Amino acid sequence: MAEAMQLDKPLPVGSEGKRSGGWWGILALIVTEGSLFGYLLFTYFYLASQTEQHWPPEGLPTLVMPGVNTLILLASSVFVWASERCIKHRHLRWSLALMALAFILGVCFVVIQLNEWSKKTYDMTSNLYGSLYFTITGFHMLHVIVGLIILLILLLWIALGYFDDRRYAAVTIGGLYWHFVDVVWLFVFTTLYLSPYLY
Amino acid sequence: MTDAAESSPDLNLTRVPEVGSAPIGSADEIHLAHLWESAPGWRGWLSTVDHKEIGLRYLVTAFIFLLMGGIEALIMRLQLARPDQTLLTPEQYSQLFTMHGVTMIFLYSLPILSGFSNYLWPLMLGSRDMAFPRLNALSYWVFLFAGIFLYASFPLGEAPNAGWFNYVPFAGLEYNTGPNIDVYALGMVLLGISTTVGAINFVVTLFRMRAPGMSIDRVPILVWGTLTASVANIFAIPSVSLAFFLLWLDRQTGTHFFDVVNGGKPLLWQHLFWMFGHPWVYAVVLPAMGIVSDALPTFCRRPLVGYSAVALSTMATMLLGFGVWIHHMFAAGLPTLALSFFGAASMVISIPSAVAVFAWIATIWLGRPVFNTPFLFFAGFVLLFVIGGLSGVMTAAIPLDFQLNETYFIVAHLHYVLLGINVFPVIGGIYYWFPKFFGRMMNETLGKWSFWVMFIGFNVGFFPMHLAGLLGMPRRIYTYAPNMGWSTVNMVTSVGSFVFAAGILIFLVNILISLKRGVLATPNPWDAPTLEWAIPSPPPAYNFAVIPFVASRHPLWEDRLDEGAGRSSLEQGYLLMEGRETIGTTPLDAIPDIILKMPEDSYTPFFLGLFSALAFTGLLLHWGAFTVLMTVACSLSLIVWMWPRKALVQRVPDIKQDTGAVHG
Amino acid sequence: MNDSKSRFRHCVAFNYAIFLCVLAAAPASAALAETENEAAPLNYFLHSYGPASTPTMYLGWAFVALMVAIFTIIALLLAWAVLRKRTVEDPRLIGREDEGMPWIYIGTGVSTCILFALAIYSLVTLNVVAKPTHAPALTLTVTGYDWWWKVEYEDDDPAHRFVTANEIHIPVGLPVLVKLKSADVIHAFWVPMLAGKTQMIPGLTNQQWIEADTEGVYRGQCTQYCGVQHAHMGLEVVAQSDAEFRKWQDAQRKSAATASVTGIDAGKQLFLDRCAGCHTIRGTEAVGAHAPDLTHLKSRRLIAAGLLTNTPDHLVKWITHAQDLKPGTRMPSMVLTATEIASLSAFLSTLN
Repeated sequence: MAEAMQLDKPLPVGSEGKRSGGWWGILALIVTEGSLFGYLLFTYFYLASQTEQHWPPEGLPTLVMPGVNTLILLASSVFVWASERCIKHRHLRWSLALMALAFILGVCFVVIQLNEWSKKTYDMTSNLYGSLYFTITGFHMLHVIVGLIILLILLLWIALGYFDDRRYAAVTIGGLYWHFVDVVWLFVFTTLYLSPYLY
Repeated sequence: MTDAAESSPDLNLTRVPEVGSAPIGSADEIHLAHLWESAPGWRGWLSTVDHKEIGLRYLVTAFIFLLMGGIEALIMRLQLARPDQTLLTPEQYSQLFTMHGVTMIFLYSLPILSGFSNYLWPLMLGSRDMAFPRLNALSYWVFLFAGIFLYASFPLGEAPNAGWFNYVPFAGLEYNTGPNIDVYALGMVLLGISTTVGAINFVVTLFRMRAPGMSIDRVPILVWGTLTASVANIFAIPSVSLAFFLLWLDRQTGTHFFDVVNGGKPLLWQHLFWMFGHPWVYAVVLPAMGIVSDALPTFCRRPLVGYSAVALSTMATMLLGFGVWIHHMFAAGLPTLALSFFGAASMVISIPSAVAVFAWIATIWLGRPVFNTPFLFFAGFVLLFVIGGLSGVMTAAIPLDFQLNETYFIVAHLHYVLLGINVFPVIGGIYYWFPKFFGRMMNETLGKWSFWVMFIGFNVGFFPMHLAGLLGMPRRIYTYAPNMGWSTVNMVTSVGSFVFAAGILIFLVNILISLKRGVLATPNPWDAPTLEWAIPSPPPAYNFAVIPFVASRHPLWEDRLDEGAGRSSLEQGYLLMEGRETIGTTPLDAIPDIILKMPEDSYTPFFLGLFSALAFTGLLLHWGAFTVLMTVACSLSLIVWMWPRKALVQRVPDIKQDTGAVHG
Repeated sequence: MNDSKSRFRHCVAFNYAIFLCVLAAAPASAALAETENEAAPLNYFLHSYGPASTPTMYLGWAFVALMVAIFTIIALLLAWAVLRKRTVEDPRLIGREDEGMPWIYIGTGVSTCILFALAIYSLVTLNVVAKPTHAPALTLTVTGYDWWWKVEYEDDDPAHRFVTANEIHIPVGLPVLVKLKSADVIHAFWVPMLAGKTQMIPGLTNQQWIEADTEGVYRGQCTQYCGVQHAHMGLEVVAQSDAEFRKWQDAQRKSAATASVTGIDAGKQLFLDRCAGCHTIRGTEAVGAHAPDLTHLKSRRLIAAGLLTNTPDHLVKWITHAQDLKPGTRMPSMVLTATEIASLSAFLSTLN
């Protein structure tokens, strides 16, 4: 039976892209963190459906700034993807530049959202809506900040020459986390900003 | 501690893994032992990533929590033995019943199974370690610190006191002003981190780290049980972590999630809690059922009847487990139509359990029982499982649950399922695997005594609770009047619970005696079929001198089972000795896929665990700057941990040319 | 070897028999321990006195009978499997893998059929007990407080509404709608011999119905952990004939007599000074809303939410030692001199 397996086939060694342990690990982490956001949005919809208050109590949310911010975050994800692609083809300087650009766009997202927060007439404790809004966007913001730290560290590691077309698992893994943060934002955006327009 | 891998010049990105043999005492085997051993003394103790060491720690720590929860229970039973007792004040009683629940359900029942799984999975799967050895160490440290965190409040008289399911508004700031609930909330979020990373480790290990040839339909049922529970935990734990976090926010920052006056909803807590809570109870029994499914056949001298049916039923139970949470809320006033779906689902979920019960009975019937201590525990478990399951079916009948809910009938049911389906298999499992863990057999006479005393004590203690419930005794009352008709059943229960405790004591004595003077064990004292029995007792640090090639479910019985499949290769296999290495395979068919470099021992898991616990302590005590400092420390630990290492081939071995130079 | 094996088998069988006896003895002893209502006032399993609970009681019997039967069969199968004689074989021999599936098919098949039948029966019963067959004759609102029950009788005519506490009267043979609220934490309303339980959740109004088909007094209990005195939050439902009920209702609707009477004025003044902050007595200036309405205190059978029978002695003991009798309750242990106690007692005894 042992003979049925090809025992003379060369196998990759170490963290080889999507065969690395880290890839599976980040997938599992995304499932659990995604579930967390699922429960957060469930909380929002549950409380919104049961409330006797006029909802949202502060009126329909504006869409311009958050919409622009969404595009910024999406663009940032595209640049991360492009950066990884460059490593695959050994364009390491390009990869560095694109990753830096992605990081900057991510920082823009944070700054714009903080600005949006500061302009609100309510805070986390003013009312139920405020509690929900700031907790949900706050959780997301936390994930963005963690993602930015990851991108920064990837920048550092790329600059140190740790990766090339043969080994770059960390970039794939960190990149996936950033894409996840992006996708979650789409759900959060739809829930908090778009769904009030539907009822 | 060797660092051979780092200084080895061989960092090829691909190679053909060598096949050969490495008998005990050969140069290769000595080299392998050298690679995998941990440092001696406290250094090794803090930095080891050996899954066997971590598994034993889980087992010991969880068992200590079992004893603590048990003592809490015995004190309560003294209070309840007779009506109108004043041994405890109502507040003390509240803290006791809450901590008893928290301890048993969170600090014992899953960690003990994590202990078994951590120790046994790589041995059963033919691997040298789990997928994430450092993460494994982290999950233990965080568990330990979370347990200490939760218990630190007890001596101060500020333990959680709102029941283990902690309903709001009673658990909110208005009615519970002390730190009790904050301890619970933050402790649970911290513990959730441990459980989640542990679950991730199990899932990835199962899909990546099996011996070549161990296709998915050849893994032991314990592995199926833990896998299913882990997948479920990955989805379910965020629900309770979120619930506790929102509660903590309400209490400490003034948000309004559960604040009735401002639009918050107490039912939201119940939903979030039980959406986690119900899958959790299956997570704490399915691996234990797996223990029985793997160990019972050894004592029946035949393979398990209906392996595929049992594996499928394990998954079906867990899946259905996500669709029944409302049965904990039948009396909450929800619309009858909604209740009906969940009531029906709650009945259906017992069908996969029936599959397992009949598989076990058939295995005994068609086999030739060997009346050893483990067999007694497993046979007894089947009976207790049936009683617990049947009382559960009664509670699934909605109108009946309107009467049974929140009475001692539920207490009886939950103890039959938790003790019957978790504790009894665990104790049987300890008797079974003790020779493997420690190289000595446990004492048979004491073993049999411990079984009968535990079995009789348990039933005398808990069966009357069904009657107390039918007589209307509510849960969580610190005393009762003499004219309620509950006095006799309570006295009987209290007596029984002390008898059960005596059984546990006999078991503990057996452990202590056997550790010192037990008969030395051979690698396979029970003549069992699975891979862990192919290696010495106790196993060497590297587990398998060569990674075996597996051809069936029962590698050690192949010569006697007429399965028609080939023969596993246990003496010859992959050597994989260029540093700490093991083989990675494809998820379903276990075809060799990649040579995985395993990390050496490291202090970062300990420090990350410590800093996390301290960060939560800072949150509890409102020490803002300290919390920030600890969080930064956590981030730094994590960055150190994740730094790409040459030895693990997480980065290229060297920089040969300019970055940016284009190559074809 | 043979001999020890068969000895062990006998040992197993013997211990198994003991276990089954213990299992059987438990219900027997419990049954002996109580013979009627009085001895186990919450025993809904053997006694039911209304259409909201009787179908459930029968369901319960059917379930228990079936579950005991199923358990017995499985226990016997297990015992037989464990103990049955087998021919002596080479201990190295291993049984074949592909055997025994019929056990699973038949066992699971039979279980599924039984479960299906039980599920149908349960849902039918749910349908019957979920709503009364005709419109409720009476509507009450019961509000859970830590650790007592406020009972408000509703009526279209505001003059006919009244408030009482801890003791509910209903007419026999008529469905009564009970609306359930909470003033603080989650409680649960449960009068087991008349109906199942329902949570009382702050911010929501739940509801259930009860109906008694026989006159009598039915004990109730809070069944959702609500704090330190959850154990002592009881209530009573008194089912009376129509005439008796109307008499009680008319009496409850009246306010307390306001005329000044020598001998009780001192007590009344004491009450207004010390107790009116929390308690209400309709017809006086006492309008406290945090504690039971005491307008007709003397008409109740029990006090302190079912803790004590309503005698003058117990009342005094409660007023002066509430914290000893029910530690943590909202009622403080009032410090009173002997004269104060006497005059207060005299006043309270006029609250019929």
